[in-house]
Amino acid sequence: MQVIRDDGSLDPKLDPGLSIDRVVALYKAMVRTRVIDDRLQKIQRQGRIAFHVGSLGEEAAIIGSAAALRDRDWVVPCYREVGALLWRGYPLQKYIDHMYGNAGDPLRGRQMPDHTFSKVHRYLSVSAPIGTQIPQAVGLAMAAKKRGQDECVGVFFGDGATSSNDFHAAMNFAGVYRAPVLFLCRNNGYAISLRTEDQTAVRTLAEKAAAYRVPASRIDGNDVLAVWRAVREGVQRASEGGGPSFIELMTYRLGGHSTSDDPRIYRKQEEVDAWRRADPLLRLRKHIEQEDVWTDDLDADWLSVCEAEVKACVQRAEQKPPSELRDLFTDVYEAQPWHLREQETQCLEGPRAKDEEDES
Amino acid sequence: MTQMNLVQAINSGLRDAMRQNEDVLLMGEDIGRLGGVFRVTQGLQEEFGPERVLDTPLSETGIIGTAIGMALYGLRPISEIQFADFIYPGFDQLVNEAAKYRYRTAGEFHVPMVVRTPYGGGIRGGQYHSQSPESLFIHTAGLKVVCPSNPYDAKGLLIQSILDEDPVVFFEPKRVYRAIKMEVPDAPYTVPLSEAQVVRAGEHVTCVAWGAMLYEAFAAAEEVAKQGVDVEVIDLRTLWPLDIEAIVSSVKKTGRIVVVHEAPRTCGFGSELVTLVTEQAFLHLEAPPARVTGFDTPFPLTHEREYLPLAHRIAPVLIGTARY
Repeated sequence: MQVIRDDGSLDPKLDPGLSIDRVVALYKAMVRTRVIDDRLQKIQRQGRIAFHVGSLGEEAAIIGSAAALRDRDWVVPCYREVGALLWRGYPLQKYIDHMYGNAGDPLRGRQMPDHTFSKVHRYLSVSAPIGTQIPQAVGLAMAAKKRGQDECVGVFFGDGATSSNDFHAAMNFAGVYRAPVLFLCRNNGYAISLRTEDQTAVRTLAEKAAAYRVPASRIDGNDVLAVWRAVREGVQRASEGGGPSFIELMTYRLGGHSTSDDPRIYRKQEEVDAWRRADPLLRLRKHIEQEDVWTDDLDADWLSVCEAEVKACVQRAEQKPPSELRDLFTDVYEAQPWHLREQETQCLEGPRAKDEEDES
Repeated sequence: MTQMNLVQAINSGLRDAMRQNEDVLLMGEDIGRLGGVFRVTQGLQEEFGPERVLDTPLSETGIIGTAIGMALYGLRPISEIQFADFIYPGFDQLVNEAAKYRYRTAGEFHVPMVVRTPYGGGIRGGQYHSQSPESLFIHTAGLKVVCPSNPYDAKGLLIQSILDEDPVVFFEPKRVYRAIKMEVPDAPYTVPLSEAQVVRAGEHVTCVAWGAMLYEAFAAAEEVAKQGVDVEVIDLRTLWPLDIEAIVSSVKKTGRIVVVHEAPRTCGFGSELVTLVTEQAFLHLEAPPARVTGFDTPFPLTHEREYLPLAHRIAPVLIGTARY
């Protein structure tokens, strides 16, 4: 399914009818996400943060999904979806503080960068092992249904996750219990280095949903309005008691898997260049320019607003001290047992590790 | 008060918890219509309906993974894993997810769930219906591990585990399921977690056990009493977080410790218990700490009574330790 044609016009039969202000807001959120990605990528290369896993090229799939979910719906992320969390109003400073593991990090320096969460934004926590969030999302949806709440759950994962045990267990449970859950599969072509066609023998990932009697669709994931439309349809189905939906969002990971990856080893530049021409930002920009609500000047202004915002957040993050050492020992259990109390004392009163730079 | 065996006491605990709190629900294989392969959940689906007693598809990953989602939402799911030997497909969900969720969200989310599972040998179950994998979970920061030995404790510890805000792995000694009966209150009550119990006071040797092996330790203690060796038997009841005080204060009195468990010896919980006692009561020790355990082999079938640390293997170690 494609709503925004390559020339920027909309297919009138499929146009979901969003107000133009809303469409511009989607574009601005996508640009903002990309600016944040670019900045984080750069400061990682400069050694100022340890790691970053971005969403370059997948902004439409992420922001479009986030926008189509209702505020009361839940987002269960994979790890590339911070754009969805920011869309929900999560403060950028908190995210950047997390990237630094500093005293402002809501995770208190306990996880690698890009492992965000927020209960008030109904956004679960990121876990690195692939697919583990999918059965949790189904359980969350089953719980909402049991309580009689009109809430559904959008769970993100990539093409690689459709090979995991957890994916199949989750799809089966969702099918059996008719859980109000949307399986949002970002098929971005690669699981680190493995191409989707080598990941599975089926031609489309959406076929896998048929085995669990989960209605599936396969849409252009670089078309934010197509994404919005498909996800909103899934929300509607779930809300009306129709159970789960599987949506295969066809997109492309323009960057590496993460900052630890060199994609030049496993894919050709021509392939990347071809996908750059299908950049979801370019297509949406063409559309809003045609609608006479966006111009080069507005674009340049918005870019500089986003850049200034990120820059200021980074500056503040770098001025904050690291997270507290004693935070290592809290939140393991609700109350701290004796053995952790003892180990905390041993650690705090013991010798301190040298900085890594001092050792080399 | 009613005379109940372990199965009936756990059933009673589940029923009470479900009557008290609408958010408590059960999920597992064959637990609804059949009432569980050991009949622990018998009658519960009739009373509470299939929405609260879920006959789940056959996937431990699914049973534990969806329960985590329910707990994150605010429900109180209790997953049954049919045999502890089958828990490994759900191991990642328990160890990497349930156990770490509180820590990785700095307390913003937590996972109040219970995973019940029958463990242990002595029922001619061979290597896949006999395992005691408790130390894998004790080793995992963020999990609590409970193992009752008798019907009274089983009901009280289960209700307390359901009330607890952290994920609890609740090991049920299947060998004891129908082996003993005792008076159990019909009304709900709790037994606190992390409190061991001295079940036989003694002066010469401290013997620590839990679950099904508690009875073997007790029988061995009675046996060696005839030879003048007075054994103090401690039932741990909660394995982790540990009631270290109970063990150390006993060892300070007796100067000797023997730990009994069914699980294989190497890196079994006995290794940790002996280390802790050595660290905390070294100057009180009169004999090397000893372990009587399963062997470092997969669990056997034909010779399971030689594999298990039954009383015949415990008694000589108690005497040897007492007379060292």
